[in-house]
Amino acid sequence: MGTGRFGIHGGQYIPETLMNAVLELEEAYNHYKNDSAFQQELTQLLNDYAGRPSRLYYARRMTEDLGGAKIYLKREDLNHTGAHKINNVLGQVLLAKKMGKTRVIAETGAGQHGVATATAAALMGMECEVFMGEEDTKRQALNVYRMRLLGAQVHAVSSGTGTLKDAVSETMREWTNRVEDTHYVLGSCMGPHPFPTIVRDFQAVISKEIKEQILEQEGRLPDAVLACVGGGSNAIGAFYHFIEDCNVRLIGCEAAGRGVNTAETAATIATGRLGIFHGMKSYFCQDEYGQIAPVYSISAGLDYPGIGPEHADLYDKGRAEYVAVTDDEAVDAFEYLSRMEGVIPAIESAHAVAYARKLAPTMGKDQIIVINLSGRGDKDCAAIARYRGEDLHE
Amino acid sequence: MSNIKRAFDHGKAFIPFITCGDPSLEITEQLVYAAVEAGADLIELGIPFSDPTAEGPVIQAANVRALAGGVTTDHIFDMVTRIRKKTDIPLVFMTYANVVFSYHMGGKNPAEKAGKDTGGTEAFVKKAAKIGMDGLILPDVPFEEKDEFDGVCRKYGLDFISLIAPTSHERIAKIAKEAQGFVYCVSSMGVTGMRKEITSDVGSMVKLVKAAKDIPCAVGFGISAPEQAKAMAAVSDGAIVGSAIVKLCGQYGENCVPYVKEYIRTMKEAL
Repeated sequence: MGTGRFGIHGGQYIPETLMNAVLELEEAYNHYKNDSAFQQELTQLLNDYAGRPSRLYYARRMTEDLGGAKIYLKREDLNHTGAHKINNVLGQVLLAKKMGKTRVIAETGAGQHGVATATAAALMGMECEVFMGEEDTKRQALNVYRMRLLGAQVHAVSSGTGTLKDAVSETMREWTNRVEDTHYVLGSCMGPHPFPTIVRDFQAVISKEIKEQILEQEGRLPDAVLACVGGGSNAIGAFYHFIEDCNVRLIGCEAAGRGVNTAETAATIATGRLGIFHGMKSYFCQDEYGQIAPVYSISAGLDYPGIGPEHADLYDKGRAEYVAVTDDEAVDAFEYLSRMEGVIPAIESAHAVAYARKLAPTMGKDQIIVINLSGRGDKDCAAIARYRGEDLHE
Repeated sequence: MSNIKRAFDHGKAFIPFITCGDPSLEITEQLVYAAVEAGADLIELGIPFSDPTAEGPVIQAANVRALAGGVTTDHIFDMVTRIRKKTDIPLVFMTYANVVFSYHMGGKNPAEKAGKDTGGTEAFVKKAAKIGMDGLILPDVPFEEKDEFDGVCRKYGLDFISLIAPTSHERIAKIAKEAQGFVYCVSSMGVTGMRKEITSDVGSMVKLVKAAKDIPCAVGFGISAPEQAKAMAAVSDGAIVGSAIVKLCGQYGENCVPYVKEYIRTMKEAL
């Protein structure tokens, strides 16, 4: 069995053509992660350019309304480009630059990772191409324009279901085409080793900050940390520094779409099974012959048939819990947080808000929930308006 | 000696690839007999996968057509059982890791939840060997991950085929040393599909294999014209052609058999 495992999950299930590229990446990453000059440069970018540290905000009205645990929002939505994606992208594009690469390619679902990659590429003077499912280019037309504005070339992927999984497949194909000068900026804690580890390390800044901030504000650790999970990068970032703190519940909120008992769902832990896809062994939505299921969620960013291998392992070990949240619940939470706190969450993050609304009333007033608010919801307004029957287009 | 070695006994080998179930399994079966008559030395049978990440647009589309037609791995096993009553030509499956690993794993398996890395690999390989298949190619399983498949294949007498690519360089020797059946030399960067020119130094790749192990080398990816096949076979032991054949199946549908047969005859003669 190869390297890069989380329990039985992970590994490097990729074509031979890419093996030397991932080995080279692993070697470079192992060097730079311990290089103080690299870390200093990255920290400076995260602070001065992306606006870190992000705030940990006490949601007083939501707390009072739900009448249970105190609720804090980790405001990743306030980062430059509007989501947690920038944390990973600044790290990977800086790494690619140090490796002598001149071109970056990326997949994107909702467009947040694509926008972040196009942003970092503009900042660091790299060529950038983004692959996005054709369906998603329609759902998120404004983000397509943003990427082009930032100098990136956007390819609409029409193969398969025209969503995130097909964008990942097409970016992998493009990487096998041109690997010498090109780095694949994978956007989630998934894919072949070393990507799940690299992405987790770059996102772990979220839980590092939450820990410092909650200790300062409350003098104690939270009772639960909630985050939405597609591939799972914002969740692993929010969980990582709490994994050893066994009294902190770690709860990933999957996209149930129209419900886990329907075919129109993207809840991998609830409905999937062990498999091998997109470079990793993990849990995937699939049929009895291993054909990957055409998943569905209102959220383009969670519309993925798998989950990162470290989450699969946290699930196996019983360290993290995974719950399913439907489209309806997420849309309700999208509106709820907007009215209650004046914060419009990304529809992805609204899945975590939805579960907090169920969980908080069951907990004591002396207990604490942290919701990782992974992104802002401006990009979703038109789609949610249409979901509510308004004829609104961007 | 495995049945696969026989494919390289009659001069340079010509190896066609067919996507099973495109346009139907009845036609796939007829294509196999036609390929044998036209001089094919080994046939790669592609089991369609929903998300074939190593394939270009032509074979991707064939996978979509086959799956839309309702083809399953079990239907393909039944077809091979019928084929084996009529021909002993070496046959290998080409598919993706999940098709093998997830074979007959419907429903939640309690063992998986206890953290056991089981899966359906053994059931797949056992069945494939029983119906008379000779080998298995999984383009998304590199050297580092091959043990979980190769071990089972050895147990049931199937050759697990290793691939090398233009980027493999120093990896070629270790891959070749453990290779079984033949070595699949990927001629070009990128995914499967027809290319006007093949610029990689395939001859040098083959020499590195032969220095490590005496095993046949067949070249694939990008070959469509007879002169390309001839040039590739000149520096190796055979040529593999997929997209050009699958394109004919897509173009002529139910009527594709004579066109594919004629194409294979032309290609084999060119070697």
